[in-house]
Amino acid sequence: MTTTELTPAAARRDLRRLMALMTGAEKHGPAATSTLDALWVLYDRVLRVTPETAEAPGRDRFLLSKGHGPMAYYAVLAAKGFVPEEWLPGFGSYASPLGHHPDRTLVPGVEIGSGSLGHGLPLAVGTALGLRAQGLTDPRVWVLVGDAELDEGSNHEAIAFAGGTGLDTLHVLVVDNSSASHARPGGIAARFEAAGWSVETVDGRDHAALHAAYTAPHPGRPLAVVARVEPKNA
Amino acid sequence: MDTMRDRFISTTTRLLDEDPRLALVLAEISRDGFAPALERHPDRAINVGIREQLLIGTGAGLALTGIRPIVHTFSAFLVERPFEQVKLDLGHQGAGAVLVGAGASYDWPAGGFTHMAPGDVALLDTLDGWTVHVPGHPDEAEALLRSASAGDDRVYLRLSLQSNAAARPSAAAGAGFTTVREGARGPVVVAVGPVLDDVLAATEGLDATVLYAATVRPFDARGLRAAVGDGGRAADVVLVEPYLAGTSTAAANDALSDVPHRVLGLGVARRELRRYGRMEEHIAAHGLDARSLRSSITAFARPS
Repeated sequence: MTTTELTPAAARRDLRRLMALMTGAEKHGPAATSTLDALWVLYDRVLRVTPETAEAPGRDRFLLSKGHGPMAYYAVLAAKGFVPEEWLPGFGSYASPLGHHPDRTLVPGVEIGSGSLGHGLPLAVGTALGLRAQGLTDPRVWVLVGDAELDEGSNHEAIAFAGGTGLDTLHVLVVDNSSASHARPGGIAARFEAAGWSVETVDGRDHAALHAAYTAPHPGRPLAVVARVEPKNA
Repeated sequence: MDTMRDRFISTTTRLLDEDPRLALVLAEISRDGFAPALERHPDRAINVGIREQLLIGTGAGLALTGIRPIVHTFSAFLVERPFEQVKLDLGHQGAGAVLVGAGASYDWPAGGFTHMAPGDVALLDTLDGWTVHVPGHPDEAEALLRSASAGDDRVYLRLSLQSNAAARPSAAAGAGFTTVREGARGPVVVAVGPVLDDVLAATEGLDATVLYAATVRPFDARGLRAAVGDGGRAADVVLVEPYLAGTSTAAANDALSDVPHRVLGLGVARRELRRYGRMEEHIAAHGLDARSLRSSITAFARPS
């Protein structure tokens, strides 16, 4: 998926319309939409996966680790045709495949079930290793985590391993809405840099900056993109 | 005789050479034994370091790409420490793996309770869809490992230093309960994995039927039902398991839900022993040596 016929403004309007189908609200607090722009640019301009290739071995993988507040994710999946728009109004209901945390076995295009924090990045490490072991060196693996989610020790295990082994098909998108309770000395970027990652820090609302960060070369190192958005409680 | 863990290392090393679909994931434990495999297959033999949550997550991620992962460390660090990863990264994702645990309930008593996992099978019992193999001999361990590595499901292979003198072909084939000794009216004694030799010694000369299985989940309800038969009186069943006492009591009760029965679950005590020493001393302390078993079984069984 490389192009869109929508302008950024039109795309944003359409995504907000799709999200409103789930929440019934035209407006959302910053936290609910914190991932929206970062996800859209990723799906619209970077990830090489379509509804037709959602099961293809050579597809790029996107793993939503931060499964909380997945409305933006579902809206993007609907906009790109992975799930029908008609599913959105049933969000969270008994008969709906769309839960308040996603389930990979219920939603086309969803790579992992998530909700419990700290699982996506280790799964992404295994996914990147599994693709490499099969000679699939082209697909890239992306995983989205929240800044507070980085508190989970499992993520630290994955960050240290991926950096130490130079797992350069692995990409982490950290959506930073300043929701962690305890500030990380040196900030999020320092944590990844210390572990040997390549790091880009950008305005998480700036589509051009996001795209530039997503596509920045990082030979021999995994890439972390820290996308800063409005503080959760602002 | 080599140990189950030795056999696991040699067999997995060969399997990695033969089957490009297989991968091995380690967290330092058994690294030295696997040095040739790590050297020969850098893409499929992976040591993540001392990181057990990552160990399970990595195995599950490999499985999501179509690889068959064999994931190994001590049982305490494989099942108990990263239990939520076992539950979610494998179960909830619908991914499979072969988890191979070493250490069992008291393989290294001098190491103390930190390296004991008597609750591993009971913990996995809270999850759906797990096959649990408790081999009683290295040959059984090898056969069960080979069949598990050829599948796609979720398998736990529980290796131990405790072993029976001889392998049982039916157990190696992954069968449920098979009759090792036939009694007339006495209790049905179920021996799981490496306790069989002690159970056979304990029931020598008693009127008891002895069943054996190295595969305890799924629980062979049909096999147990067939063994208790229809003797016109309540069935007496004794379960002897080398892990937490009573782990399979509920399964046995479910199997006999429409048959009058009594069940005695023998195994490792829940109370922490806080002793070091040797494995044999722990087996005796938990009442799992032949003499203690005979005493427990005769006290439980009614005179025929």
